[in-house]
Amino acid sequence: MCHQSVGLIQRAIEYAGITTVSISLLREITEKIRPPRALFVPFPLGYSLGEPNNPDLQTRILRAAFALLLRTDVPVLEEFSLASV
Amino acid sequence: MAQLEDIDLTERLLLKGYPFHRYSPRLNDPVSMAMTPLRKPLAASTVALITTAGLSLADQPPFDTTIRMGDSSFREFPGDISPQALEMNHRSWAFDQTGILRDRNLVLPLDRLREMQARGEIGAIAPHHYSFMGSIIGPGKLIKFSAPEVAHRLVADGVDVALLTPV
Repeated sequence: MCHQSVGLIQRAIEYAGITTVSISLLREITEKIRPPRALFVPFPLGYSLGEPNNPDLQTRILRAAFALLLRTDVPVLEEFSLASV
Repeated sequence: MAQLEDIDLTERLLLKGYPFHRYSPRLNDPVSMAMTPLRKPLAASTVALITTAGLSLADQPPFDTTIRMGDSSFREFPGDISPQALEMNHRSWAFDQTGILRDRNLVLPLDRLREMQARGEIGAIAPHHYSFMGSIIGPGKLIKFSAPEVAHRLVADGVDVALLTPV
């Protein structure tokens, strides 16, 4: 249900004129809600930015998410790859 | 990787039978179709964080885990707090809470934003950030009141970019 809540809040913020991106851990739910921009990450629920106390991984995920902010061909659902730098 | 199969049976059955299509984008609902292009480079943008992890500060009332259709309220945090000062109160046991308890940056990465700001990757950290508690089965109040209210506050704070994280 968290993914639906995120998508609904995200829409309201985007509608107010702010560019948004969200993290998704459950592709199936995000595909149904279709928020403007989402980065699917291959981690368990509760681990949006990958691993606790792993600043490097967390920063890589943030950069990948922020890169989607440039996209206007919404809805965008990209996948974060652990192999990507 | 998280899959529906990881979630306990009760919650999974709820997700399987839940009418998500009711909340899919619709042409006659401008909120669901909204798209705001980035107006300035990220390096000049003010960034806010919003999570549904059910976080609150010690002097704020925790989320109400007993409301059947879900607590649609939100908590507001100043941008200069340590994320580790936040307490977590989430009614869903569908996820492993131990990671967030070790490091709140997993859902509210204020420390990472500070580093990115210091390196010039983002312009500024917003004066306020927000948490909801995600398990909202009946999202009527969320859609009508609390989500637009947070959006309004973000606009008032001059926020350019919002990052949202589930749990």
